[in-house]
Amino acid sequence: MADSPLARAIRWDTVVGALLLVLLLMSFGFVDGFGNALNLSFLIGNTLPIALIALPMTLLVVAGEIDLSVASTAGLSGSVMGALWNQGMAIETIIPLCLLLGVVCGLVNGLLVTRLGLPSLAVTIGTLAAYRGIAQIVLGSDAVTDFPTQYQDFAAGSIGDTFLPRAFLPFLVLLVIAAVVLHATPFGRSLFAVGANEEAARFAGIRVKRQKLLLFVATGFMASLTGIFWALHYASARYDNATGLELSVVAAVLLGGIDFDGGKGTLGGAIAGVFLLGAAQNVMSLLNVSAQSQIVVTGVLLVVSVLGPRVARQISVARAGRPAASTPTS
Amino acid sequence: MNHRSDTDPAPVLALKDISKSFGAVRALRDVSLELFPGEVHALAGENGAGKSTLIKALAGVHRPDAGQLLLDGEPTVFHGPADARDAGIAVIYQEPTLFPDLSITENIFMGRQPRRSLGRIDHRAAHTATLALMQRLGVELDPDRPARGLSIADQQIVEIAKALSFDARVLIMDEPTAALTGSEVARLFGVVRALRDQGAAVLFISHRLEEIFQICRRVTTLRDGALISSEPLDGMTEDDLVRRMVGRDLDELYPKQDVRAGEVALSVRRLTREGVFTDISFDVRRGEIVGLAGLVGAGRTEVARAVFGIDRRDAGEVEVDGRTLANGAPSLAMAAGLALVPEDRRAQGLVMGMSIERNIGLTGLRTTVKGGLVDRDAERSRSLDWAVKLQVKYARIADAVSTLSGGNQQKVVLAKWLATGPKVLIVDEPTRGIDVGTKAEVHRLLSELAADGVAVLMISSDLPEILGMADRVLVMHEGRITAEIPRSEATEEAVMAAATGRAAA
Repeated sequence: MADSPLARAIRWDTVVGALLLVLLLMSFGFVDGFGNALNLSFLIGNTLPIALIALPMTLLVVAGEIDLSVASTAGLSGSVMGALWNQGMAIETIIPLCLLLGVVCGLVNGLLVTRLGLPSLAVTIGTLAAYRGIAQIVLGSDAVTDFPTQYQDFAAGSIGDTFLPRAFLPFLVLLVIAAVVLHATPFGRSLFAVGANEEAARFAGIRVKRQKLLLFVATGFMASLTGIFWALHYASARYDNATGLELSVVAAVLLGGIDFDGGKGTLGGAIAGVFLLGAAQNVMSLLNVSAQSQIVVTGVLLVVSVLGPRVARQISVARAGRPAASTPTS
Repeated sequence: MNHRSDTDPAPVLALKDISKSFGAVRALRDVSLELFPGEVHALAGENGAGKSTLIKALAGVHRPDAGQLLLDGEPTVFHGPADARDAGIAVIYQEPTLFPDLSITENIFMGRQPRRSLGRIDHRAAHTATLALMQRLGVELDPDRPARGLSIADQQIVEIAKALSFDARVLIMDEPTAALTGSEVARLFGVVRALRDQGAAVLFISHRLEEIFQICRRVTTLRDGALISSEPLDGMTEDDLVRRMVGRDLDELYPKQDVRAGEVALSVRRLTREGVFTDISFDVRRGEIVGLAGLVGAGRTEVARAVFGIDRRDAGEVEVDGRTLANGAPSLAMAAGLALVPEDRRAQGLVMGMSIERNIGLTGLRTTVKGGLVDRDAERSRSLDWAVKLQVKYARIADAVSTLSGGNQQKVVLAKWLATGPKVLIVDEPTRGIDVGTKAEVHRLLSELAADGVAVLMISSDLPEILGMADRVLVMHEGRITAEIPRSEATEEAVMAAATGRAAA
C-alpha cells in the first residue's frame, strides 16, 4: 500500500537523510581525525556558504526556476566590501550596502526572467559572467585581508568550547524561517503549484511573476550575505571568491530531492543533501582522495541525485500497484 | 475495394473473451467484439468503463491477459503497435500528434518516404500520393502546407490519410468529434461513410449519443470493464443506450430549473482585445445561466480569459456586483467573487501530480489561514467537504488527482472553484470529454447553483447542452457577439446561423 510506513519512507528526501546519518556514523567510527572538534568545525564552516545559498535556491527550484549567478553575486559582494574597506568606510556601513547590492543583482535576474520572459538558466549564466567581471573590475587582483577582528572572529570562531561555528546559530534561524515559508505559508505552498503547472497556478489566482521576482531578490540577498561571510570567514576578499560554488549548491539541492522540473521536494531534504555533500568532501579530504577525484565523485552524485528521486517514485508507484503510464481511463 | 454486402459474415477483426488487469484493477473482463468490413460500429460506455483499454488492446499497446484476438478469423498476437499497424489497424485519436513544421505530405510519409535513386526522397511521388489520398477522402487540403495552423479537424483528416496510406482496413476513432464544430463533424462523417463504403471497418467512440445514432449500425456497450451488449442500433432509443451504459435510468440530462433572474452580477462593457475580440457587452444576472455559443476560434474562451484577468484587455470594463475589476488581475477577480472553470482541465484546471486535497485547496490558500500560516485542518475539511458534495469518486483525498478518471477530475476542478463561494461562475466547456452520467450531474449542479443565486456564464460547443441549460444564448462569430437569443426562441438553426455569420432570420 502506498501509505504503509515503509513505502512512505522510500521518499527520496528521507533516503538522503538516512544516507547522511550512515555516512556520519561510519566516519565517526572508521575515519581517523573525522570526529575531532577542529575537523567538525571545518566541515560545518566550509559547508555553511553552500547551505546559506541552498535555502533560497530550494524555493527557486521548487518554483521551476534556477539562479546560477549566486557564486558571482557572492564574489561581487565580497569584492565591493573589500574595495570600500580599502577606501576607509566603516564596516557597519559597508555590510548593509553590500546586502543592498545583492538585492539589486537578484532584481536584475528576476526582472529579466519575469518581465522579458527569458529562461532563468540562460539569464543567470549571463549574469554569472557579468557579476564576476564587475567584481574583477572593482577589486582587480588585490586581496583584502585586514577586516576588523571581531567580525572575522564571528565568521570563523566557535561557540564557547564546542565545535559549532558561531555563524551556525544564525543559519539555524534562517533555516527555520525558510522551512516555514516554503511548507506552511500560502506563499510557499503556492510555489509547488507554480513549479508543477504555472498555467494552472495563474488560473488559480496566484501571482506567479511577483512570486518569482521575490524569490530572485531573496536569492540575491542570501548570495550577498554568503559573500560577506566568505570574505570574513577566510579573512580574504578577492574577486574570485566562491568561484564554482553555484554548482555545489545546485548539486546539493538536487541531491536533496528537489525536482529540477519544479514542483517537488522538501527543504529538509535539500539541507540533508547539502550536508551529505559537505561531509562526503570532508571525508574524502581526510582519506587523501585527490581534488580531481573529489570532483568526479561530486559529478557522479549530481547525476545520481537527478536519477534517484525518479527511481524512488517509480518504486512507490509500483508498490501502489498502479502502473503510472497505463492507468485505465476511457 | 468493392462495396460489401451488409450480410458479409466474416469479421475482419474480432476479440474473444479478452481480459486485462492493471494491478488489482480489472479493466476488462471477458469482453468480445466483432468488427465487420463496411460497417461503422459504436463503442459506448462511461469514463472508466474500459473503452480505452479495449482500444489499446486492438492497437497492440496492451497485451490482453487472457482471450484471443482474431484477424480475418486467425488467432493473432500483437507484440506492439507496429504489429497492429502492419495488420491494417489504425487509431485516430482525439488530439492528433503531427509534426507542426513538416508539410502534410511529409507527415503522412514520415519515415517511409518514396525514394529515387541514391536514396533521395521522391517529393513528387509523395505529393501525388497525398493528392490521391485526399481525393479518396473527398477533402481538399494542400499537400505542401505545413501542419502548423491546421484545425484539429484537418489534422484528423491528415491522420486518416496517413492510416489509409498504410492500407488500413480497420479504423478506430477515439472521440474524434470532441473538439469539432458542427460542420466539421459533418465533413468527418462524410469521410467515414466514404471509407465504410470502400469496405473499411470503423470502430467509433463518442460521448455524443446523437452522433452514434447518426453514423453507426451496431453498438457494443461496456460497463465497469464488462460487456453489457452488442446489438444493432436499429429500434434503440437514446434512453435505451444510456440505460445500458449507466446501468440505471438516468434522470434528465438537462435538469434546468426555472429561476427568476435577480440583479446584474456580471456586467461586461465594450470589452476589446485587439485582433481577438471586439466590443463585447453583456450582463449576467443572479440566478441566470447564460450560454455563450459559437464555433471554435470565435473568441469565446478569450473573452472569458480577459474577463477573469488571465489576459489583459485593451479596452472596456468588467464589473462584478457593481465593483470594477482591475485589468489583468485574477486574484482580485477572485476576491470580487468571480470564478473561472477553464477549458483545459489538465493544463489549466489542475496540477496533475498534486493531491486532490491540495488542488481544491489552491483557491483557498489566502482564506484558510491562521496566523499567517496555512491552516491544514481547515484546508482538509474544506477540500473533503466539496469533494463529497460533488460526489468525486476517489480512494484517498491525498491521492494525486492524476489517478482519477476524466469526469472525476472535472469534478475536482468544479470543487476547487465552487469552494471559493463565487457570485459569478464562468464555466468553459464544462462537460467536454466526460461521460453522460457525470454530465447530467454537472448540469444538475449548475442548475442548483443558479437557483441559489449564482450568475452562471456557460461556454460550450455542445449545442444541445447550450439549448438545454441556458436561459439566454449569446452567440459569437469572429470576435463579436452576433446574436442574443432568449431560451424560448433558441433553436439549433438560430444559433448556428448566428455562429456562422449568416444573419439570423
